Amino acid sequence: MNLTLRIWRQNGPTAQGRLVEYRVEDISPDISFLEMLDVLNENLAKKGEQSVAFDSDCREGICGMCSLVINGQAHGPERATATCQLHMRKFKDGDIITVEPFRAKAFPSVKDLVVDRSAFDRVLAAGGFISVNTGNAVDGNAVLISKDRAERAMDAAACIGCGACVAACPNASAMLFVSAKVSQYSLLPQGQPEREKRVLAMRKAMDAEGFGNCSNETECEAACPKEIKMSNIARLNREYLRATLLSE
Amino acid sequence: MKLDSKIPSGPVEKKWDKHRFDIKLVNPANKRKFEVLIVGTGLAGSSAAASLAELGYNVKVFCIQDSPRRAHSIAAQGGINAAKNYPNDGDSIWRLFYDTVKGGDFRSREANVYRLAQISNNIIDHCVALGVPFAREYGGTLANRSFGGAQVSRTFYARGQTGQQLLLGAYSALMRQVAAGQVKIFPRREMMDLILVDGAARGIICRNLVTGALESYCGDAVLLCTGGYGNVFYLSTNALASNVSATWRAHKKGALFANPCFTQIHPTCIPVSGGQQSKLTLMSESLRNDGRVWVPKKANDKRSPQAIPEAERDYYLERKYPNFGNLVPRDVASRNAKQVIDDGRGVGRTGLSVYLDFADAIKRMGLNVIREKYGNLFDMYRHITGEDPYQIPMRIYPAVHYAMGGLWVDYNLMTTITGLFCLGEANFSDHGANRLGASALMQGLADGYFIIPYTLGNYFAGSKLGKVETGHASFKEAEKAVSAGIQRLLAIKGKRTPADFHKELGALLWDKCGMSRNDKGLKELLAQIPQLREEFWKNVNVTGSGAEFNMTLERAGRVADYLEFAQLLAKDARERRESCGGHFREEYQTEDGEAKRDDNNFSHVAAWEFTGTEGEPILHKEPLEFENVHVAQRSYA
Ligand SMILES: Cc1cc2nc3c(=O)[nH]c(=O)nc-3n(C[C@H](O)[C@H](O)[C@H](O)COP(=O)(O)OP(=O)(O)OC[C@H]3O[C@@H](n4cnc5c(N)ncnc54)[C@H](O)[C@@H]3O)c2cc1C
Ligand code: SF4
Ligand code: FES
Repeated sequence: MNLTLRIWRQNGPTAQGRLVEYRVEDISPDISFLEMLDVLNENLAKKGEQSVAFDSDCREGICGMCSLVINGQAHGPERATATCQLHMRKFKDGDIITVEPFRAKAFPSVKDLVVDRSAFDRVLAAGGFISVNTGNAVDGNAVLISKDRAERAMDAAACIGCGACVAACPNASAMLFVSAKVSQYSLLPQGQPEREKRVLAMRKAMDAEGFGNCSNETECEAACPKEIKMSNIARLNREYLRATLLSE
Repeated sequence: MKLDSKIPSGPVEKKWDKHRFDIKLVNPANKRKFEVLIVGTGLAGSSAAASLAELGYNVKVFCIQDSPRRAHSIAAQGGINAAKNYPNDGDSIWRLFYDTVKGGDFRSREANVYRLAQISNNIIDHCVALGVPFAREYGGTLANRSFGGAQVSRTFYARGQTGQQLLLGAYSALMRQVAAGQVKIFPRREMMDLILVDGAARGIICRNLVTGALESYCGDAVLLCTGGYGNVFYLSTNALASNVSATWRAHKKGALFANPCFTQIHPTCIPVSGGQQSKLTLMSESLRNDGRVWVPKKANDKRSPQAIPEAERDYYLERKYPNFGNLVPRDVASRNAKQVIDDGRGVGRTGLSVYLDFADAIKRMGLNVIREKYGNLFDMYRHITGEDPYQIPMRIYPAVHYAMGGLWVDYNLMTTITGLFCLGEANFSDHGANRLGASALMQGLADGYFIIPYTLGNYFAGSKLGKVETGHASFKEAEKAVSAGIQRLLAIKGKRTPADFHKELGALLWDKCGMSRNDKGLKELLAQIPQLREEFWKNVNVTGSGAEFNMTLERAGRVADYLEFAQLLAKDARERRESCGGHFREEYQTEDGEAKRDDNNFSHVAAWEFTGTEGEPILHKEPLEFENVHVAQRSYA
């Protein structure tokens, strides 16, 4: 199929950005959106032009490296799907597709479609861990965890840290991302000793990074490639309240 | 050069304990005086960084991705082995050891594999403590499954996302040390060169992938945890940034490269659909627990799978290997798929796939059980192919997946360069000629959490390391050389893109050095690679500049290294005149078409020394001795 792409080009963090139009032809419906961009980049390179910068690595929907706002939607039109897993058969011949970066104050631009999401790393460094040194562990079966609890922890732990929730939220809030980590650990017995400390620290770090507040827009859940549920945000709020009360 | 594997004396089950007792310790107060550079943040790198930082060492970690959490390890699906014997089905450290040596077709070191099996249990305990949400039984205990040719259930898993959960666990431990100030992370950096001072590894040169600036870092030891080189084949299941550059550049500085021809082709991948594809997607081989592999009995049978009656199907793995059936090891499953396809019995539009059919399993266990077990894999398949595997059989084809070869390391994980260590998939260590499923995660974490914290201390305690700064002449010289290399690439301004060369190299390798190899093909390949390399250096076109974010330039540098490394891979394959594990030489097979080893002549590790890009590499052999495992022709019949 043949497509028209309107792609955000921005030559560095402080440069002025703009949408530039490109044509791509003979795109196989079986390839992914990023492979379509590879085709564009190969064409550009052959003409001696600079490739469009975008992030990706695993191309299997698990590393969280890919991003892109496609026709106004973070990770594009398909539910529960990261951009790298979005296939061209979801588009029609002749479509005009607008491609922009994830935008948020806390995700400064790097180049073209690439942004800096290191704020997520810093939020996790604030408390997204269980403090246990290598060598201290008891037998894996010493602490029993019900299947249901383990499954719910896993549901939350499935977050790939892509930042689509932030990009989709009108407030650029990172609540879904933070709530996924807080939920995983607060559901597990191993996470209990630091339960209060963790949620307080992570919330504080989140605010310090310039992420916005949650006003229940639910856009995050709709954009999330891993179907992380808003109910985690409710849990985060409860955990936060509980920790605040206990710390007083 | 004499290779000294430094394997401790004594019975195999006592070696590691004895070694831990014998090694020298660094005084706790002195640990903070040491600076460790760790390249790579996969399971190996992250776990090493966290554990070393916990001990008090100062650590700097580097990775290509924008966050350490995104290393390729994240993509591992199926699981991680351990000899816990929770299911009470006869497993033990000894059995895991035995299976792994046998699975590797008797081309790995007994001492290393035994240690790996011992440590496997500690890994599970530690990961549970870190909050890894492993699958559980209703009673709350950890769940296990059988995986990849094992006759016991020893694989621990977290849905189809085991690698993700293990890596996020290690990453969380790493970030805790970042917060504690013990670790500094340097994402979006690519290591360009290794720096030696007085013969020891003392630093690295990185390219900052955002600004393009070259940066020097110095330390008291360098750990390469940079993963495998499967992408030399262009299409593989590896993440895009996976590369050979870090280990190759260390090789050029004197680290021997071991068994480069041992590459693993995984049997259950989604088949290639066309020329615009950038990678292949693996589907966990846990699918083979319930899926049945078949092709039509007749060649060129174009009927839809449902229209082919039972009697006209060939469940060839079940037929040929009644004891293991669909669960034979990867190399055996892959080679058999190639055979039936070469016979003209492949299926799908391209004829380059075989069926993996769940109809019987769905009938037996019900749709819901299958959905619970494999739901996410089925979804992934549907996503990529547009076909619904609940309705029609999946189509699979083998794809390059894992590199058993890598930098040669001794029992302490040190390469032939003093102070340069290599962990995880990047080293050659524990898997011999074929890696069993669920054992790479185990190895990466064993190396990082439980081995390097001891052996690195031993190195520091036993060496007198002078102070080195990045102002040292060797850093300046290397920076200059790296910069000249980049300028050279940019100046060519030829007609073909780096990706184009990569594709051509991959196709050559897959054709002549893929699932099966022969002398004639390898000889041709060894003539073709230098030609392609020559053309690359005359005709590649790298757009943009070196002083900016430049994906084309990154790619070009990696392809340039592949073009050198591929030569060594082919050379090693040609030199190893036997079949073993993933290395199948057509000239050496049994009457039934199984791999035929030559233990008299090839029971060794082939470790290659670099003598210049156009020079002939020198082969060093480390003999392999088997004192505990009975060496036999591997048979899964
Ligand atoms: C799809 C898939 C599924 C798998 N499933 C399983 C499984 O179920 N069980 C199992 O046991 N194994 C599995 N494996 C294998 C296993 O995942 C890998 O072998 C293992 O994760 C490798 O870990 P690592 O730490 O050695 O390297 P990686 O995770 O590959 O990490 C490499 C790191 O090095 C960095 N790096 C590389 N080059 C440079 C450079 N030049 N400069 C700076 N940084 C660099 C990267 O940025 C990255 O951080 C699977 C592999 C694949 C491809
Ligand atoms: S919660 Fe969902 S959208 Fe947000 S970072 Fe995690 S996976 Fe991405
Ligand atoms: S590239 Fe890894 S999630 Fe998309």
